Amino acid sequence: MTTHSRPTDAPAADAPAPEAPELQLMVLDVNGERHEVITEPRRTLVDVLRHELRLTGTHVGCEHGICGACTVLVDDRPVRACLMFAAQAEGARIRTVESLSAGSCGRPDELGDLQRAFRERHALQCGFCTPGFLMLAEGFLAERPDADREQIREAVAANLCRCTGYQPIVEAIEQCAAARRAARPDARKEK
Amino acid sequence: MTRGENGARQGEGRLIGRSVPRREDPRLLTGRGRFVDDIALPGMLHAQFVRSTVAHGEITAIDLSAVRAVPGVVAAFTAEDLKAGDIIARLDRPPQEFVTTAMPVLARDRVRYVGEPVAIVVARDAYAAEDGIEAARVRYAVRPPVTSEAAALADGAPLVHAEAARNTLVDVELFATDGIDEVFAAADRVVRVEARTGRQNALPLETRGAVAHWDDREEQLVLHTCTQVPHQVRTVASRCLRLAERAVRVVVPDMGGGFGLKCVVGREEIAAAAAALRLRRPVKWIEDRKDALSASFLAREQHYDVRAAFDANGRILALDADVVCDMGAYSCYPFTAGIEPLMAAAEMPGVYTVPAYRVRGRAVATNKAPSAPYRGVSRPQYVMVMERLFERAARELDLDPVEIRRRNLITSFPYTGVNGITYDPGSYRESLDLCERTLRAEGWYDRQRTARAEGRHVGIGYACFSERTGYGSAAFAQRKMAVVPGFDLSEARMDPSGAVTVTTGTMSHGQSHETTLAQIVADELGLDLDKVRLHQGDTDRVPYGWGTFASRSVAIGGSAVRLAAGRLGDKLRALAAARWDVPVDRTALGRGEVFRRDDPDTAIGYVELAELAYLRADLLPKDIEPGLTATASFDVFNDGTFSNATHGTVVELAPDTGRVEILRYVCVEDCGVAINPQVVEGQCRGGIAQGIAGALFERVTYDAQGEPSATSFMDYKVPTAHEIPDVAIHHLQTPCAFTETGAKGAGEGGTIGAPAAVLNAVNDALRPTGVELDDTPITPETVHRALHRRHYQESTR
Ligand code: FES
Ligand code: FES
Repeated sequence: MTTHSRPTDAPAADAPAPEAPELQLMVLDVNGERHEVITEPRRTLVDVLRHELRLTGTHVGCEHGICGACTVLVDDRPVRACLMFAAQAEGARIRTVESLSAGSCGRPDELGDLQRAFRERHALQCGFCTPGFLMLAEGFLAERPDADREQIREAVAANLCRCTGYQPIVEAIEQCAAARRAARPDARKEK
Repeated sequence: MTRGENGARQGEGRLIGRSVPRREDPRLLTGRGRFVDDIALPGMLHAQFVRSTVAHGEITAIDLSAVRAVPGVVAAFTAEDLKAGDIIARLDRPPQEFVTTAMPVLARDRVRYVGEPVAIVVARDAYAAEDGIEAARVRYAVRPPVTSEAAALADGAPLVHAEAARNTLVDVELFATDGIDEVFAAADRVVRVEARTGRQNALPLETRGAVAHWDDREEQLVLHTCTQVPHQVRTVASRCLRLAERAVRVVVPDMGGGFGLKCVVGREEIAAAAAALRLRRPVKWIEDRKDALSASFLAREQHYDVRAAFDANGRILALDADVVCDMGAYSCYPFTAGIEPLMAAAEMPGVYTVPAYRVRGRAVATNKAPSAPYRGVSRPQYVMVMERLFERAARELDLDPVEIRRRNLITSFPYTGVNGITYDPGSYRESLDLCERTLRAEGWYDRQRTARAEGRHVGIGYACFSERTGYGSAAFAQRKMAVVPGFDLSEARMDPSGAVTVTTGTMSHGQSHETTLAQIVADELGLDLDKVRLHQGDTDRVPYGWGTFASRSVAIGGSAVRLAAGRLGDKLRALAAARWDVPVDRTALGRGEVFRRDDPDTAIGYVELAELAYLRADLLPKDIEPGLTATASFDVFNDGTFSNATHGTVVELAPDTGRVEILRYVCVEDCGVAINPQVVEGQCRGGIAQGIAGALFERVTYDAQGEPSATSFMDYKVPTAHEIPDVAIHHLQTPCAFTETGAKGAGEGGTIGAPAAVLNAVNDALRPTGVELDDTPITPETVHRALHRRHYQESTR
């Protein structure tokens, strides 16, 4: 048996005790509401949304920017809220999944069109990735209302889902986009 | 009570078989689901774990004093501090077949994998807990690690557990048909497949987690945790923490997937509970992705060495298999390290008529994170090996690969195999025929010919398989598990307003039970879906059950809810019969009322009966108890039921990059009666995506020191919408005769078939090159290397 000692990376026992982290006042505009939060500057946007503002619809799947479960809109663009400090979002308009339905009760009849399309297409199973995909699609369709299926698939490839195999998510977004286009024939003609 | 005894039910068949929208969706779509990390309790603390940085060694010193000095840290505990009992999973097998090992909640004196929890740090918030972990000082006397199945079995290998000689936790030899060696000696053809399959992470998008607190009023530990098996967590928590089971309540909130990884009991949730008991404050633990990738439960790392004997017509004569599964450092509760080798050994002959069979199945311990069941459990692997054997035999005998399967598929049922398992009726042959017909009709064979003529590498591959679902107690007892899962209990209750609550011991983590089980109950009672509510995942609200795994929920849980609902219906009929003073068999249920068979216009609504049962008990006849509650249990007393499918896929391989692109994927599935076809399709698609992930992308790797090298999504490649194709699904329906609904179970099939279909298609694409690949995942690198090697061999010949 080879025996040698290997300490973990750790400060020496006589190192000075670490200081308590500083706190900072932040003002965040979330879903049209102004929130004042006093917290550590190192806290990510997703942690502040979830744990300080208790908007727990936004999820965390990896905390390193790959899965997209934490996607929210910052000034209308999809952003990974785990890769951003909350302090960086001051002054911006933040939108989370909680903003997508007309009412606040989560009743089936209050779902928005994108949410309804997800339900009709069975684009969610466990639902953990769903808020991220909804916000991704919301941001994407606002910018690219005429996207075709391939472009939608391209956009969907930004986030991970472990349950659905993606096809129903692509179909739901496609269906929603088609319905929105059909509802705005005049807007399209003007372009 | 048997089906149909309630007589003419007007409601029957109204909802079963319909893709009704899911009850779960509105809350999940609006961000109002409640997952474990969404729970916040007053005074709640946050835990993280100091984890081993070495794969194998003795702990010589743990110093947590600097941890306790970190601002925000409230406490830090070692195994010594918590004194929790070990998690021990057993098989009732002799010592030469199974070695019992203990998994301590926190490592005591020995660590066996990188990431093994050594101490728990509890702090004001998760950030401070992380700070605390960094201040921990742990010293190890490092031992040489065992990092592969081959190294584990080598002479003089270091022992992961002193009690397990040759690192062997399970070693069984089964069946060994008389005269099998003579069959091999006399056979026209013997083909062999040696295959290794990569270690994988089931990878629910929600990592594991728990919130534990002591409830003084109930004198109970309340443990919120995302588990597929709430009652099993309760049993283990009660044993490890020395509490009565009554004094533990496990509550499962919404779950972000599980896929098997959450159907075993983890050490961290028990440690978090122990810390909450010590501190008398709520403690939350949420696993981060790094820990989820490296230190949770893994699966699927297996080595097959298999020979099959064939006659000149391509009929299989015998199968001889040696299966070694690398189970990592510990046996998981309740399934043990036997989960993979015993599944492979028992079921490998699968859908084929194999007359002679011999198998040795072993589980070896290595210095890696332990294994748990993962969707499909060994079936993705042995199906792949079986399908490779048939493809290889077809090549050598110059037979069409579909034709050789046809000659060997089981076609008359019930069929009792050489493995002693009786297979109930399925559509093995029909699904293969339809799958091939579909790809032919779509022109893929023509396209392949054209592509080949152009020098492109297009391949077509199939996989035929069945999936045992609805394992009852009898089937698990055959495995010799010391705790035997299998039955399910259900309680149906009607409240005074006529609404029904039904419980299930199964636990949906994406499978839509709130919808599908409610569909079954609504039909049974002739009620609208929104009058039925399912309770699951709360050990105080739900009678003992075995949770959700092995595609058991609809087959077994669905049968139990149907029986319970039927008995509730009987009570309603008894009330109405008493009111009319007629025998009960003159009454029937439908559309929310009990009516008289002889006079269907005479009816009493459930609401009226419910009011009577609860609010006017004074009017009840003497022999009828007040209230409206009924319970039922369901178990399967035979070998279970088999869903089946054929998958067919077309791939194109780019020889310069080694990249495999899936051009077409067709799945013909048969899971008996589909309660909700859209949900079944969802299970197929999601399962196929995971199967493709295993075939082409995902692999957990370790370096020679046992350090995991894929600890983020940068290195562990989870496929996205780029890589996962659309899937065309066709349904066949062979109802199950002994479940209450005719449903068989559909949770795992997609994952089982996909690796074999993809691997066969890749090999078909490679055919002109002479290269064959049997290991997974088939990454661009492996393809490239194999082609290069082949090229080199040819040029130096
Ligand atoms: S949690 Fe932000 S990308 Fe995964
Ligand atoms: S629905 Fe479960 S991860 Fe997407």
